[in-house]
Amino acid sequence: MEKFTGKVWVMGDDIDTDIILPTEYLVFKTIDEMKPYAFSPLRQDIAKDIKPGDIIVAGNNFGCGSSREQAPEVVKALGVKCVIAKSFARIFFRNAINNGLLLIENENLADDVKEGDEITVTINEKIEYKDKEYPIVSLPDNLVEILDAGGLVKAMRRRNGIMD
Amino acid sequence: MGHTMIEKIIAHNVGREVNPGDIVTVDVDYVMLDDIMMPFIVSKFKEMGFTKVWDPEKVVIICDHLVPASQVDDTRAYHISCDFAAEQGIKNLHRSDGICHQLMTEAGYVKPGHVVFGTDSHTTTYGCVGAFSSGIGYTEMASILGTGQLWIRVPSTIKVNITGNMPSNVMSKDVILKVIGDLTAAGATYKALEFTGDTVENMSVSSRMTMTNMAIEAGAKCGLFAPDEKTAEYCDIELDDFQKNLKGDDDAVYERVINYKAEDFVPVMAVPSNVDHCVPISEIGDVKVDQVFLGSCTNGRLEDLMAAAEILKGKKIAPFVRFIVTPASRKVYTEALKNGTLDILLEAGADITHPSCGLCCGRTGGILTDGEVVVATNNRNFLGRMGTNKVNIYLASPRSAAMSALTGKISAAM
Repeated sequence: MEKFTGKVWVMGDDIDTDIILPTEYLVFKTIDEMKPYAFSPLRQDIAKDIKPGDIIVAGNNFGCGSSREQAPEVVKALGVKCVIAKSFARIFFRNAINNGLLLIENENLADDVKEGDEITVTINEKIEYKDKEYPIVSLPDNLVEILDAGGLVKAMRRRNGIMD
Repeated sequence: MGHTMIEKIIAHNVGREVNPGDIVTVDVDYVMLDDIMMPFIVSKFKEMGFTKVWDPEKVVIICDHLVPASQVDDTRAYHISCDFAAEQGIKNLHRSDGICHQLMTEAGYVKPGHVVFGTDSHTTTYGCVGAFSSGIGYTEMASILGTGQLWIRVPSTIKVNITGNMPSNVMSKDVILKVIGDLTAAGATYKALEFTGDTVENMSVSSRMTMTNMAIEAGAKCGLFAPDEKTAEYCDIELDDFQKNLKGDDDAVYERVINYKAEDFVPVMAVPSNVDHCVPISEIGDVKVDQVFLGSCTNGRLEDLMAAAEILKGKKIAPFVRFIVTPASRKVYTEALKNGTLDILLEAGADITHPSCGLCCGRTGGILTDGEVVVATNNRNFLGRMGTNKVNIYLASPRSAAMSALTGKISAAM
């Protein structure tokens, strides 16, 4: 199983998509142009401080609100390795998987972890923080297929006989 | 064993019995694509290797977030929308007729029992006529455009049963805000909400629309009302046997049943900055109001405008309040013009804008700044939704919004 270690950014409950990326930036042509504004209503400068390989740990209902897919895309574009939350909103969950952004549900980590600390994730198995282990459940097969293909676009290209 | 409404709709679509947790592939009856997502939908569609949409009759493209343009690059999405419609032979193109969720039922597309997906979270709205409708992202929309199908997990259902007569100062907006407050913003995540009871049976389709529109604010996959004679009249159809039977069975299995007495409802607002922060207006205290917004796919219909007009007839709003009225569609606008509602609102001091998403998505028509207070009839009061992140957004019914405009402070409808 793939294993990785990353620095943690901690966020609260109900991090909505207007926080992840406000509507005014949705008209930008590319996700790269949107990147500096990620999470800006909540923490103005966090987007420039997040480094590739970092991990976001949050409370309940991460990604609630609008269906804007730019939200998971911009999180992925920042280089965030995965988001670990107590729970995710439905549309954000689908959008993240379709873009190959790994999401992990865990009830307890958000209450224990401190921003700036490091955690280690073993996919479909566990999270390790300090001396503690947090078990994680596996994703359903149809979602693993999409993640394995590298997202829904690539899965559809395959379906249409385009070999990448 | 009986079934809930959502189980019946999905079973009808896939041609076999289904239960919560089943993962199935549905054939889609309609898709709704809004302008702001079109550039991304089209580029993903092409990137996936598709050249033709599966059925142009089932595709509806609606320009509503970015018309008329408020920033220099906005018309790009308009042109991409129109060009894609022309290229694909899509006739269901609305260039400036109103808000997508109003038009999908008002213009006659969605009928009871349909399965519909849209690239906007408030796609849950069409449950007002007994359709299963839900929001998705642009990548999934691109895949539906190519295949006509989508995988879904059959949701479990929370039944919200409401009986009795509502107080006259309470609207369906107060009801759904209270339900969301009780469920919390994630309380119905992945689940269907089914609204039942004589109180909702007595509601107009427009009032039901306000409630299904906001089902997503409790995280729900969809919100549903059983189709009845009012639905049939609104959709201009006769219900067939499947549609007549489209209600939760007595022996259906619900994850949870929540009962309300309509008499217990009071005018409420969702206070900054979460939709589930529901507070009776009588407990909010003395808050001066800078602006009032009456509009949106939640509460921009004729009955909403008329409810406000009833309060404002022959009166003037507080002089320092900016009162912005945005009808949900061209049809609503025309009807409100013809029956004198707009006259009353104009006389009272309202600015009437073109029908569109407007201020609700914080792009045009009344953006606010630090420290200002807005009482708004739309569906979200998130940080930064209508301007800076220090704007205080209070969500309310059209009646309470009108009363707040009149008094210049947060006030309950009488």
